[in-house]
Amino acid sequence: MPIPESQVRWVEAPRLGLWEQLYLPAVVEGLKTTVRHLFSPKVTEEYPEQEPKLPPNYRGVHRLNRDEKGRVKCVACYMCATACPAHCIDIVAAPAPPEWQADGREKYPETFVIDELRCIYCGMCEEACPVDAIELTTLYDLTGYTREELIFDKEKLLSVYDYTVQAGTDPIRTQAGRLGPASEPATFRRPTHS
Amino acid sequence: MPVFDPTTTAILIVVLLAGALGLAGYLVLSERKIAAWIQDRKGPNRVGPGGLFQPIADGVKMFLKEEVIPAHVDKVFYLLAPIVSVSTALLALAVIPIGPTTPPPPPLPIPSGATPAQLVDQLQRQQAEYQQQTSFVLAPGLDVGILYVFALGSLAVYGVILAGWSSNSKYSLLGCLRASAQIVSYEIPLGLAVLGVILMTGSLNLETIIARQTEHGPYWFILFQPLALLLFMISLYAEDNRLPFDLAEAEQELVGGYHTEYSSMKLGLMLLAEYVHLVISSFLVTVVFLGGWSLFGLEALLGDTALTAGLKVCILCGKMLFLVLFAQVIRWTIPRFRFDQLMNLAWKVLIPLGLLNLACVMVVLQWGLPWVTLTGTSLLLLVGAGYLSTRWQGSVSVPRRKVVPLPPGLPPGVTFAPQH
Repeated sequence: MPIPESQVRWVEAPRLGLWEQLYLPAVVEGLKTTVRHLFSPKVTEEYPEQEPKLPPNYRGVHRLNRDEKGRVKCVACYMCATACPAHCIDIVAAPAPPEWQADGREKYPETFVIDELRCIYCGMCEEACPVDAIELTTLYDLTGYTREELIFDKEKLLSVYDYTVQAGTDPIRTQAGRLGPASEPATFRRPTHS
Repeated sequence: MPVFDPTTTAILIVVLLAGALGLAGYLVLSERKIAAWIQDRKGPNRVGPGGLFQPIADGVKMFLKEEVIPAHVDKVFYLLAPIVSVSTALLALAVIPIGPTTPPPPPLPIPSGATPAQLVDQLQRQQAEYQQQTSFVLAPGLDVGILYVFALGSLAVYGVILAGWSSNSKYSLLGCLRASAQIVSYEIPLGLAVLGVILMTGSLNLETIIARQTEHGPYWFILFQPLALLLFMISLYAEDNRLPFDLAEAEQELVGGYHTEYSSMKLGLMLLAEYVHLVISSFLVTVVFLGGWSLFGLEALLGDTALTAGLKVCILCGKMLFLVLFAQVIRWTIPRFRFDQLMNLAWKVLIPLGLLNLACVMVVLQWGLPWVTLTGTSLLLLVGAGYLSTRWQGSVSVPRRKVVPLPPGLPPGVTFAPQH
């Protein structure tokens, strides 16, 4: 179906004057730009030596939080495993030990395994969690020699908690049941490059 | 030094070749660094301090790569192409002055009363005097100098054509077709630009061209032939397949261009040849337009001969390096031309301008006008060309040629045809 002539609108290109037609001034303008960039500060991050500054709500490796008595906070409700679109969370629930039951804990995860290679780091698990037991940290350099190394069990996930608490890089998305500052768009800041 | 000594010459050749190849390696590094800096990156900095040993790593990598000769190539010409590319590029180094030079003596005048014996004696004295001078040229006193460089420059296109044709691949072929059309077109403005200078010096010898610019103070030819310099540099970038004229290896369209099918050191040689071309053409601009080893009398400050020679080498190579770096900055300044724009530039702009400039030089020399006139005519030609193109530019509503509207029913956008 050809376009009818009445619908065609011709757009006039701006006519070039003598200054533009000489082209050399335009080349000089371009050279000014390139030479300015030649000496301008560089944005390269030299990764292994220089750690990237990630936004505080970055979604990296998971951790399993501990409660105030150092026990795993998870109540084995399977909400995260159900919410997970990649089906990477595998939980085996068991009745909580008797001393835990005094604090009102009925179930606890006997095993809690996350396949970090299957995970898509969407953060649905921490959104689903009713007790803020699972969180995504800002750890990003996840490497291993085998696939088995990257299947994290409960101990490993708890050690990630210990590590991040020690390093002071707690995720700020969920803090003790309320949403962190990262949930408010106005306070979100892009990382500034040095 | 004009006495021919095989040993000295062999040593000189080795030194010059090693220098040129090492320089080409480091130019690759500088190209990558400048590209990175202009894009606000840091560039290669892992091998050695600040990436200083990167060329060595690159060279080793090139040697260690698997040597693949595809089954569908014409083996003889496929193998010949890198040889032709590199050898023609390196051969041109023979006449390029890299330091202080002495022009060969002019022909002896023959006075009417002179006897043959006197003349022979005079000639021998002149030659003996010339032989005591030093010239930092591999083949000093070659009177076809600049012609030799141009001849080898146009031979270099054979490397490209052979590579593209023998590779038996569509990308290589398209790349080599583009390269050959481009190089053939830009040879003409290149020659026209330098012809003016040759007329003014009256010699094709590069040492004489330098001497002509320095004997009465720093009267470099850039002062009298700025337009020719502009045409020369534009044509050189086109000849060397540098951006903005690197259509022969436009990666976005042609994969690798004419050397798509090459691997390992054969590819290395092809890339090396391009850098050697860039070095040689920068030397040529320095010698022909920028006064060679002279720098506003600065080179004469050191009285000592050996020191002065070193200083002159530094000045000449410094100018050359500046031009190479300039080409590398220009690469990121001007976007690539379309092929029709490239041809328009050569045939409709550069060649007429070159011819007019040459005519101006002829008029000035014929009537003995001062050379400053040429500066004026150069500027006048440039502005005149700009003015003409403002007058002649067409637009949609005011087309440059007469057009007739086509009947409806054609694909969108096809609405007008030129009127015959």
